[in-house]
This record gives sequence, C-alpha cells and structure tokens, in this order.
Amino acid sequence: MKETQDIANQPKNLERPPIVLQIKDLYKSFGENNVLNGFNMTLYKGENLVIMGKSGSGKSVMIKCLVGLMEADSGSITVMDKDITTLNQETLDILRADIGFLFQGSALYDSMTVRENLEFPLRRHSEKFDHKTDTNTMVIEALKNVGLESAIDLMPSELSGGMKRRVALARTLILQPKIILYDEPTSGLDPITSKEIILLMKDIQTKYNTSSLIITHDVDCARYISDRMILLIDGVDYTVGTFKELSASNDPKIRAFFKQ
Amino acid sequence: MSGIKSIENQFNSFLKEIGELSYFAGRYFKEALKPPFEFKELLRQCYSMGNRSLLLVAITGFIIGLVLTLQTRPTLLEFGAVSWMPSMVGISIVREIGPMIMALVCAGRIGSGIGAELGSMRVTEQIDAMEVSGTNPFKYLVVTRILATTLMIPLLIIIGDAIALYGSFLVENLKGNVSFTLYFNQVFDSLEFGDILPATIKSFFFGFAIGLVGCFKGYYCKKGTAGVGKAANSAVVFTSLLLFVIDFIAVFVADIFYEL
Ligand SMILES: Nc1ncnc2c1ncn2[C@@H]1O[C@H](COP(=O)(O)OP(=O)(O)O)[C@@H](O)[C@H]1O
Ligand SMILES: [Mg+2]
Repeated sequence: MKETQDIANQPKNLERPPIVLQIKDLYKSFGENNVLNGFNMTLYKGENLVIMGKSGSGKSVMIKCLVGLMEADSGSITVMDKDITTLNQETLDILRADIGFLFQGSALYDSMTVRENLEFPLRRHSEKFDHKTDTNTMVIEALKNVGLESAIDLMPSELSGGMKRRVALARTLILQPKIILYDEPTSGLDPITSKEIILLMKDIQTKYNTSSLIITHDVDCARYISDRMILLIDGVDYTVGTFKELSASNDPKIRAFFKQ
Repeated sequence: MSGIKSIENQFNSFLKEIGELSYFAGRYFKEALKPPFEFKELLRQCYSMGNRSLLLVAITGFIIGLVLTLQTRPTLLEFGAVSWMPSMVGISIVREIGPMIMALVCAGRIGSGIGAELGSMRVTEQIDAMEVSGTNPFKYLVVTRILATTLMIPLLIIIGDAIALYGSFLVENLKGNVSFTLYFNQVFDSLEFGDILPATIKSFFFGFAIGLVGCFKGYYCKKGTAGVGKAANSAVVFTSLLLFVIDFIAVFVADIFYEL
C-alpha cells in the first residue's frame, strides 16, 4: 500500500481544472460478495481517466452506481456538484442527459432501426435543444461523427461488432453529453477495430471537449487514451498515476496488469 | 428427509415469488396511471400480438370445434338428442373451453415471447440504456405490454370462440344438414347473459396474467443466455398455473352469483 500513498500524494497541481465527477468511499456488496470496499475517484474537466481492473472486479458495478442504475450501500457520488444519491427521479433524468453512457455490449435496441435507436434518447430530452434543429438532422450529424451515415436504415442485427459500437457511440453523443462513461469500449473487438474506436473516442474528446471515464482491461486502450489511470484492485482504488508511472512500477499487483 | 426439505424450499420460494409478483403488479398500476402515456408503443404491441397469434388461435379454435362436435355426436345420437348439439357446444366453448385453451395457447405464444424479449433486453443492458436515456423502461416496456395483453387476449378469445363454433357448425352441416341460421340461432338462444359476462371478465384477467408474468420473468431475468431461456420457460409454466387458479376462482365466484 506504500506505493499508493506515494503516487496519491503527488504535489497537488494548483491550476487543476474543476472537478466534474467524484466518488468518495463507495461500498457495494451483493449478499456475501463485497464488490466495492471504499472506492474513491475524481474526474477533472476535459481529462481522460482510465480505470483498470480484472474481470469481475466491480468496474461495471461502480459505473452503474455512478449513474444511479444501482444503489450504492454507502459513500457519496457527486456529478457536476450534485449528489446523485439524494436526487429524485426527475432531477436525476435531467442530469443524466449530460452524462453519456456507452455500454459494454453496445446495448442497441434490437427491435429498432439505427435511426430509431438514435432518436430514442431525444424523446425525453428534446427540451435540451432549440426547436430549430430537427431530429433528422441531429441523427445524421451524430452518425457522420462516427462515419456511419449509410447504416441509418439498417437493423442492429445487420451490423458488425465494430459498427454496433460506433452506432452506440453515436447514440451516446446525440444528447451532447459533458461527461462520457465508457464501459469496456473495446471489449469483444479485434485489435484493428479497437484502434479505430479508440481514435474515434479521441476525436470526440477534442471536438466536444468532453470529460471521459474509461473502464477497460485492455492495456493498449489505456496506453493510447489515458491522461491518468486508477487501478481497481480488491474493491479499492489501489493506485493512481499516469500510464508511464504505473507501467514502471515494481509492485507485483500493479505489474500484473502490464505484463503482456 | 431431504425430499421433504426440498419440497419445503420449493414451497417457500414459490411464496416469495407470489409476493414479488404482487409487488410488481402494484407497481404496474401505479405507473400505468401516471403520465406520460406511451400510446404509440401500446398500439405497436397490440398489433404485433394480434398479428402473431391470430392464425394460431384460429387453427386451435377450428380444431376444438370440429373435435368436440365429432366426439360428442355419437353419444348424443344414442340418446336422440343431436338437436341439442348447438346449445351444448355453444355453452361449453363460450364458458370454459374457448377462454381456457386460447389463453393457454397465448401463454405459450405471447407470454414466452415477452419473457424472452424483455429477458434478452435485460441481459444485454438495453433496459439500463433506456433508463439512462431518460425513458422509464417500466412504463415503456412493461406497462404497454401488460395493457396490450389485457386488451388483446379477450379479443383473440372471442375470435377463437367464433371460429370454434363455425367448425362445429361445419360438422353438423355435413352430417346432419343443419343450416347456418338454424345452428347459430340455437347457439345464441341457449347462451345467456350469465354465460357471456363471467367468461368475458375472466378473459380480461387471463390477459392480465399472461402479460404480468411474462414481463415479471423477463424484467428480472438473471444474467447470461441461460437466464433468457429460463425466463421464457418459467413464464409459460407459471402463467399456465395461474390461468387454472384464475379459472377456478372465476367459476367459484360465478357460482355464488347464480345462487343469489
Ligand atoms: N446485479 C448483480 N447481482 C449480484 N451480483 C452482481 C450483480 N452485478 C454484478 N455482480 C457481481 O459483482 C462483481 C463485479 O461485477 P462487474 O462489475 O460486472 O465486473 P467487471 O469489473 O468485469 O465489470 C461480480 O462478482 C458479479 O458477480
Ligand atoms: Mg463489466
């Protein structure tokens, strides 16, 4: 645990951008299974924060607590200065329009076309946009961002894994979120498609200046995209640092992540 | 000893399931009455349920009518009571056989379909995706489906009954030269309000049960593809059981009203 302290206690940078998202002391268990045991995390505006952890270590549980899909046992979760554990449904929904969520398996609605998939988030959040922009233009614009205008009338079952991930990304982008949460954006994709998705994520980040939280167990993904990284081990934020710092560490628990 | 234990465990989990189902039903009524209403999705569900089950109900109804008439004919002939055929077939189909068998067929077709559809949406995180995009998935998926079965099952039962009666008429027409007008005049003469009303009320409950259990099993589907199969399967088993219980209660209640 010594190393954790060292890296966490780096000199605090005074001109750090504002905090957009913060988790303090998050606990969550399912019966006997203690998944999160006091997890902490801070996301600053405009950065790409990668959280790495083994499969089954509770990464998805953490990110689901973050958007209120799961209730935490204890701890505080602050998203853009609002404590989401205390919000009512209505305010939570408004806040969620500013948070994009890319699900692990894309989670496209498979009974709807690509167009209907993208229109779906707009049904409840039309007030976020001025009435001049019509839905159709927004859908096409979002698909252009991911290079898939031609797939607009296809069904999800007609798309490849990489295309599905792109459409899911477009669906996430259509509400113009300020924060994007990616749950294993490259899982289940071949290395080349993974790289394309990663580049796309970087493009989006520069174009819209979003803050991103990226969950992954893919070292390459972490290398390309991370400004900072947190390792989630045994339900706690075991260590924080840049990719360079962590990959040079001597701690066997940390090294295990970077051994290829 | 262990046999008794396992029966006891099964009984306990059955009771627990009944409790959870009641809670689910309570939530349905609460959310069904709250705007916004998903009319478009409701219509789509009604259409697709009717569309998917109409042929099945028609074939089942037709065969029931044929078989029932063919099999009772010799017995009635023996007693010289063939002229009672329309009344007998009419009453038994409208009061009991029609609703029960059509509901069982629909439980297999519609109930399992709902269980599998919602189950796979749960497992692939589509339900979570709806929730974070600001649409209440319980309203959009569950309320519309339960409403649709509650409206469509009675309609399908009426159609099935009519086709069953027509099948019965065909046999009588071929074997006994009974005319269409004579046959159906006799059917409707023997049917009373007291036959039709309980059967209609009962079929609304059947429809409600099919939608409720299908949605319940799918909505709380366990992770993994095995979970989806189990959701679909147990939706049918549980619904069938529930249909018989409802039927029993309906006959019991109707009997009390007759006594008065
Ligand atoms: N809804 C749930 N009910 C019970 N256990 C769960 C549930 N969701 C996740 N878990 C458990 O929590 C642990 C972490 O899961 P998850 O966050 O999905 O892992 P990952 O880090 O691979 O995303 C696993 O052991 C899993 O079994
Ligand atoms: Mg996960």
